[in-house]
Amino acid sequence: MAVEGIKKAVRIAVASGKGGTGKTMVSLNLAAMFGQPVQLADCDVEEPNVNLFLRCELFDRREVTMLFPEVDVIRCTGCGACAKLCQFHGIVSLGARTLVFPELCHGCGGCLRICPTGAITERPHLIGQVAVGQHGNIRFLEGRLEVGVSVVPPVIRAVRELLLDDIPAILDAPPGTSCSVVATLRESDYVLLVTDPTPFGLHDLKLAVATVRQLKLPCAIVVNRAGEDQVGLYHYCRTEKLPVLLSLSDDRQIAEVTSRGDLVARALPEYGLMFAELAAKLKQELLTAGCQL
Amino acid sequence: MIKKHIRELVILSGKGGTGKTSITASFAVLADKAVLADCDVDASDLHLLLKPEVEQRHVFSSGHEANIDQIECTGCGLCLDVCRFDAVRTNGTKYWIDPVACEGCGVCVRFCAAEAIDFPERHCGEWMISDTRCGPMVHAHLGIAAENSGKLVSTVREQALALAVKKQIPLIISDGPPGIGCPVIASLSGVSLALVVTEPSVSGLHDLQRVLALARHFSVPTAVCVNKWNINSQQADRIEAAARSAGAGTTSRIRYDRSVTEAQLQQKAVVEMDTAVADDIRQVWRQVSQML
Repeated sequence: MAVEGIKKAVRIAVASGKGGTGKTMVSLNLAAMFGQPVQLADCDVEEPNVNLFLRCELFDRREVTMLFPEVDVIRCTGCGACAKLCQFHGIVSLGARTLVFPELCHGCGGCLRICPTGAITERPHLIGQVAVGQHGNIRFLEGRLEVGVSVVPPVIRAVRELLLDDIPAILDAPPGTSCSVVATLRESDYVLLVTDPTPFGLHDLKLAVATVRQLKLPCAIVVNRAGEDQVGLYHYCRTEKLPVLLSLSDDRQIAEVTSRGDLVARALPEYGLMFAELAAKLKQELLTAGCQL
Repeated sequence: MIKKHIRELVILSGKGGTGKTSITASFAVLADKAVLADCDVDASDLHLLLKPEVEQRHVFSSGHEANIDQIECTGCGLCLDVCRFDAVRTNGTKYWIDPVACEGCGVCVRFCAAEAIDFPERHCGEWMISDTRCGPMVHAHLGIAAENSGKLVSTVREQALALAVKKQIPLIISDGPPGIGCPVIASLSGVSLALVVTEPSVSGLHDLQRVLALARHFSVPTAVCVNKWNINSQQADRIEAAARSAGAGTTSRIRYDRSVTEAQLQQKAVVEMDTAVADDIRQVWRQVSQML
């Protein structure tokens, strides 16, 4: 989105609404069968799972930090301007004392800017890590939230910043539809939504489609564990003009291979062909949508 | 009933799709008396099984969002400089706010020299109090692409607690969100017991360990239940060993069975059908209710 000058290679987000529909499995196998160098970014930073499958050595580890305020008690006059500005109760004024609550702070820097005596400085706090690896044709990126930290989007932004502009990228998104999903989808060019033909799967797919449409992104569907469609999933996709690019059967072998941390496309060749076909169809859709491969 | 006598059980998972909601609905049926809370506010599914009749509906507003008045704006660009969330967009002359990126910090509003930025309340979703065949239920849904899921979860929990006090119900059962971030922390802190439902896969184990670390961080007692154990029984063994070494309790296992989807289709909890997997869940419930 919003590209000036040279056109960047496409960024495809793989999202779902409902958790456990197979986003990571689809991202991985699509990357493995993409047929050209590709980047695979694990943006599910709360629970990053991609490298359990790639098992590649990670290098270029970087810390992701957020700036939290610190108050110099000597300079602070207790005027309360910072507390008045703060929308999140991250900094509170109690008479002469000013207290910071880092777990509530969003790092907006407003308190620092408003303080009339320059009593507030900022210090970086660790909120996560990002790292890079290489697995054959796949350049792999991972974000990992520190346990106990609640702010997720800055870690996802840090992953996105590591993406190279000239290689297509697949972004494995977190489940749901909230701010961490939006942080992944923002500045993507295309979204693949993975679902299954269950009541939960269809209900959450509709939420995911609404999110994608709010962001004005084109999208297509992958149906996982496709058996008898008793919920009208395909009918919904047709009505909403959502192309279904792949239906994977409800095959216990896929669950078993995935449970061991292996790639379905490699362990089960018939599925390898299906993922290659998915890649081909997706590229066709991307070209139609005006994306750069 | 006073607050401190009310027990609160939250069902979590780390990894999504391990069966939290199916198990929560079954517990709701099996529990003698409980208030139900759906804390998975951005992809809530419990209502699909419990078919709540909504009695009260409330707008959830949280925080504010910035909005540049195009007539008052002088185009000085200061808002762009002060925003740390990449929410101010410009084409060089005109400035506007991307509502999806705006965190509602109000810094641009405060520093705009022309006072050209409005800061209205942000509607983030709604929460409801409902009646179900298993007792009262508090649930919510977050607006599409909205912020503040953690605050909405806290609202759901506060309302569930108030309902438990009012109706003299000693137990709250919450269906939690996946992950370990903001809404999970809001669901977890201060509960009596977190039951972590996982699946026997490399991802299940990895994600479980992060949830257990989070629960330790907040000093919440935990028990672990392996769902769909027969997909990979060796991995199920490894998961239970990891749970024990992390100081968590373990329950008996639940088998993988297609009748779980069948129950969903019939809008029933698994234990409302006569199947082997229903017996597995009954067994887990007996153990969990002992731990509470």
